[in-house]
Amino acid sequence: MSTTRQRFDFGRYNFILVPFIAGGLALLVGAVIIWLLGANPIEAYIGMVQGALGSPNAIADSLVKAGPLLFVGVGICIAYRGGVINIGGEGQIVIGALATTLVVLTLSGLPSLILIPLALAAGFVGGGFWGGIAGFLKARFKVNEVLSTIMLNAIAVQLMTFLLNGALMDPTSLDNSIRIPQTQRFPLWTDLPRLIPTRLHAGILLGVLIAVLAYILLWHTTIGYRIRAVGFNTVASKYAGINVGRYQILAITLSGALAGLGGAVEVMGVNHRLFTDGSATGFTGNAGFNGIVVALFGALHPLGVIPASFLFGALLTGANTLQRTVQVPGAFVTTLDGLVVIFVVASQIWARRRATRHAMPELPPQDKIVPASTT
Amino acid sequence: MLEQLFAPAVIIGILASGIQLATPYLYAAVGEMFSQISGVLNLGVEGVMLMGAFIAYYAVLRTDNLLLGLALAALTGALMGLMTAVISVTLKAEQGISGIGIYLFGLGLSDLLFLVLVGTPKAIVGFPELDLPVLSGLPALGPILFSQNILVYFAFACVPLAWFILNKTTLGLKVRAVGQTPEAADSLGISVARVRYIAVIVAGTMAGIAGASLSIGLLNIFQQNLTSGLGFIAVALVYFGGWRPFRVMLGALLFSMVNALQLWIQTLGIALPSDIAGMLPYILTIIALIFAARQIVTQPTALTKPFERGE
Repeated sequence: MSTTRQRFDFGRYNFILVPFIAGGLALLVGAVIIWLLGANPIEAYIGMVQGALGSPNAIADSLVKAGPLLFVGVGICIAYRGGVINIGGEGQIVIGALATTLVVLTLSGLPSLILIPLALAAGFVGGGFWGGIAGFLKARFKVNEVLSTIMLNAIAVQLMTFLLNGALMDPTSLDNSIRIPQTQRFPLWTDLPRLIPTRLHAGILLGVLIAVLAYILLWHTTIGYRIRAVGFNTVASKYAGINVGRYQILAITLSGALAGLGGAVEVMGVNHRLFTDGSATGFTGNAGFNGIVVALFGALHPLGVIPASFLFGALLTGANTLQRTVQVPGAFVTTLDGLVVIFVVASQIWARRRATRHAMPELPPQDKIVPASTT
Repeated sequence: MLEQLFAPAVIIGILASGIQLATPYLYAAVGEMFSQISGVLNLGVEGVMLMGAFIAYYAVLRTDNLLLGLALAALTGALMGLMTAVISVTLKAEQGISGIGIYLFGLGLSDLLFLVLVGTPKAIVGFPELDLPVLSGLPALGPILFSQNILVYFAFACVPLAWFILNKTTLGLKVRAVGQTPEAADSLGISVARVRYIAVIVAGTMAGIAGASLSIGLLNIFQQNLTSGLGFIAVALVYFGGWRPFRVMLGALLFSMVNALQLWIQTLGIALPSDIAGMLPYILTIIALIFAARQIVTQPTALTKPFERGE
């Protein structure tokens, strides 16, 4: 890469160092908050580590929690590389899960070998559709996708609550007139296979596979190259003959589709039914937002998202022990997530400074950007 | 059923609650407008509002001093505004994502503090309704406009004040300059960073007050995620209003009226599922954004773009 620089290039490792330093700072501020709340931060963090990794069951739970973060996070990478900021993970998970639920409940007679892939595909399509709306609005009407995806989140959750309180409500709960906003339990043959005798299911393997595929798509195909080109320089891409709007829609649609797939995996692998806890996020537990945290922590690279999602899955699982060990509510983790985002994004100024020194590397010859003057 | 909606008392009720519900939108959106006009998309409003709402609620719960609650909420907002400014202006972070960080931080911390310090929701006595002399006695108009609490009056007073500051003062001119052509402003000796700091801190302060107007003016309670998306709508309202104070106010009124209508529909027991009615403001926002995008000419050109000298 850089041949002119003589001294050791710390910048080359920025993409690993920056998130970790930023994460460390976030943990430090988190420790101060715990301390101010009158608890012992060291005790709290040790408790979290034990809660997350202390037993095979705990590790399995951490991996299960990592699942949706992985799917959403990889999706965020694709959108971000295409120059689109997808804040709509929440809504896309919900719509994906809703589509999966509809397929499972209406086609429950099919054998699992057909039904499971079909239901997963429904989640993919559902989430993609929801993301695609924001992409279309951006490309066609120049509607800021940050704002439209936030609105679509709220609409999706309300649509889900509406259906769960009516058409999709568990018939037995209707009979007993308890009216819990949840569907009936899915047929047993739609459960994703368990890997070992814990809650760990095969969805996590699918997530890893998806991350690898996303990496291949982005860095080893023409489509991926164009998505990145659009994200890197819209104007230059336009002059190079790339249909910018189309690739932006594609990027956020794929992003939404992966979030939707994450929702599908969550209902088929963990809950085996669609339900809402009545909160603003429904059943997602903020995964749509936490996926952004994970993507940032994984340096916005699909392969980086794999370890990052495991880390944050562990964090979420560990948080459940906070209340028990040091009487700090689990809401602490949301605060910590916020701090991680703030520190990681804020520290990217150093990573960016390096990027501008090195300009854009590795342009495949067949797609060289044509200067404006020659067209 | 539906004819109930057109009874005079109900119409007055809807309009009065519409005016009242506009309050948090107005504080948040007018503040956010300053930030956006200076070139910073401050997406963390929701988180700042939640912190402001909690601090105000907690202060009132402990001391029964409403003004102290309001002042502390404004101070909290200002501090979070300062934090936003450091992140967005000095460290030049991606504003869409850092805003989500501030949102999560405020969402988590307000919930955390509430659970640790208060535990279960306890109602407080918020700002009382203040009947303006003579005016409040007017038929129809009185109960709608002149029987509100003081935070409501101030919220509406902010609109002409913001218009005046933006259009008739040097500071307003500077705010617009750094958002439109930061290079030119810089070459004239205006400190782009300093002006943006001021604008973003103003936005934070107003968001803190917006939160307080909910927790100690409107609902008189605090709970997890009290604002439930209101701050995000306020950000969208600024786009909708085309960065002009009075249009932003019209947008806020439109939304609060739809909200009030939806609440009254539920109160009257009209058969419209609350979830479907609850979607209305969000669908309306998207439609509004489509129209707002057409007047893209008025958008501050440097919005979301950090300023780098000699670029």
